[in-house]
Amino acid sequence: MAEIILKIENLTTVIGQQKIHQNLSLEVAQGEILGMVGASGSGKTVLLRTILGLMPFHKGSIQIFGKSLKELKRTGDFRQKIGVLFQSGALFSSLTVGENILIPMKEIAKIPDALAQELMLLKLAMVGLESDVAQKYPDELSGGMTKRVALARALAIDADLLILDEPTSGLDPLSRRDFDHLLKTLQYNLNLTVVMVTHDVDTLTAICDRVAVLVDQKLFLGTVNQMKKHPHPWIQSYFQGSLQKKDR
Amino acid sequence: MSSYPTFEVVQENKKTILKIAGPWLAKDLTHVVDALHKQNYPPTKIITLDCNDLTELDTSGAWLLNRFLQNYQQLQFINTTSQTKALLEQVKNYSIQLHEEAKQKQEHLGYLFNLLSRLGQQSVSFLKTFLLSLSFLGEIFSRSKSFILKPWTIRGISLFHFLYEDGVRAVPIVSLISFLIGIVLVYQGADQLKRFGAEIFTVDLLAISALREIGILLTAIVVAGRSGSAFTAQIGFMKLNQEIDAMMVLGLNPIEVLVLPRILALVIALPLLAFLADMMALAGGAVMTSFMLDLNIDDFLHHLRLAIKPWTFWTGMIKAPVFAFFIALIGCFEGLRVHGGAQSVGTHTTKSVVQSIFLVVILDAVFSIIFSILRI
Repeated sequence: MAEIILKIENLTTVIGQQKIHQNLSLEVAQGEILGMVGASGSGKTVLLRTILGLMPFHKGSIQIFGKSLKELKRTGDFRQKIGVLFQSGALFSSLTVGENILIPMKEIAKIPDALAQELMLLKLAMVGLESDVAQKYPDELSGGMTKRVALARALAIDADLLILDEPTSGLDPLSRRDFDHLLKTLQYNLNLTVVMVTHDVDTLTAICDRVAVLVDQKLFLGTVNQMKKHPHPWIQSYFQGSLQKKDR
Repeated sequence: MSSYPTFEVVQENKKTILKIAGPWLAKDLTHVVDALHKQNYPPTKIITLDCNDLTELDTSGAWLLNRFLQNYQQLQFINTTSQTKALLEQVKNYSIQLHEEAKQKQEHLGYLFNLLSRLGQQSVSFLKTFLLSLSFLGEIFSRSKSFILKPWTIRGISLFHFLYEDGVRAVPIVSLISFLIGIVLVYQGADQLKRFGAEIFTVDLLAISALREIGILLTAIVVAGRSGSAFTAQIGFMKLNQEIDAMMVLGLNPIEVLVLPRILALVIALPLLAFLADMMALAGGAVMTSFMLDLNIDDFLHHLRLAIKPWTFWTGMIKAPVFAFFIALIGCFEGLRVHGGAQSVGTHTTKSVVQSIFLVVILDAVFSIIFSILRI
């Protein structure tokens, strides 16, 4: 039985007067890739931000690596064990690509300069970028390169849990397929646990072990095949509609 | 079991064995990086890696190990899991790839080539900016023609909005600064002139310096910092959000919609603010003279009338629309040059303020020379 990396129990999130999530429960095991889908405004990004401790929650509990968020942050494990890729990449625009990747190495892991430089180039190579990219600034990168650099930064100190918010949004189909392949390879080689929000059914089918669908403030879990037969009308139309479109 | 990474190099039966233990993770590598670097390489061709006591290994740890292991021609493993072997193999492949990339780069680029390349890029970039600014100025004049011929086509709402933002809302800060400058001029002037028994000329000093130079110069600097930077940031963010592209697609000209109302508003607002600054500086001076020179308001006004020549006031005021035009022009030009991300907005906003203030001072000097030639 694989270790449970992320455990959410009876999570209720309220923003203002609006209830976003109600009694959500979820477990993600080590080495699993969990895809998260839902309609716009269903609270996917809010859930990711809540897992990351960027938003407070009303009720319930979140445990990562068997520890509460508060405890993780206090011990410093949070920064070392979790890598995040934001939707826009969120690279620091005043720093070069290389400096962006060096930040976690120097600030969190305190890796000596010379070794950090070598590791930075290694991380770039791991996400399929040449070492020349290290000198560039984020505004000189294409959408696909930005996502790759953001992934390299998320992997800079070998996080165990990767949280990705729409990593393939804004990419063309070929770049999406490349990114999916890259993610799957890295996940396999580094035994990563991945939680990703995506709208891309191809990505869900290609690399995700399970899918969590957020509808009506609740989570429905299962494989892509199970979701195709799910009785909930929105889930059915999402998966079957997307597949029908593809078949045409 | 050790809580940090350790290693030991041993020689057994003419074999070199590297025994590693503990967690070889990024956060713990500081414990071994120097020691491993200084480790002498035993003179054998084959090395055996023993991972019996290794608890965890990540890519950073694997990279560090690979750096040591690559000094040997052949690598053998004992007590090593297939996952560890795979990770080491993968890192080794990346290391070879990076080594080849670095070699190719060294062959292509030398120091001199880099230096010349940068110098060339800088020169071309400077020339391009100069040509772009000329082109922008030309477009402003070209677009202004239609506004001059058909004044009713001016975007009234935008114009009044910017008049309020850049004129009315600047009144408190301009008034306060000018009032205080008036006080400082009289205080310093009276103190110096008293030494020569010429303190009665303090009012002349105040009137001439405030009306001809300080009133307008100070107002222009405040407006450059306040409105010029705002223009750059507003237009810059609009450019990043592709709002300017959307405007062009909808058939709207950004110069007409964004730039001309801002320029026109500032050309109207700055002379009014400069007039206000002149009055406030004189008011500040009047207050200070009543304390320092015991001069009542009637005497102050009498001296003021004697000090002010017909052109004293207008030499200051005439500069205001010119300064306003260039401050707004630079603010909008830099805003339209923003690209990429937030860093670019910051860079161009700073450039806008620095260039505006620099140009205001240069133009002030040019005006001084012209006035001197015209003897006014």
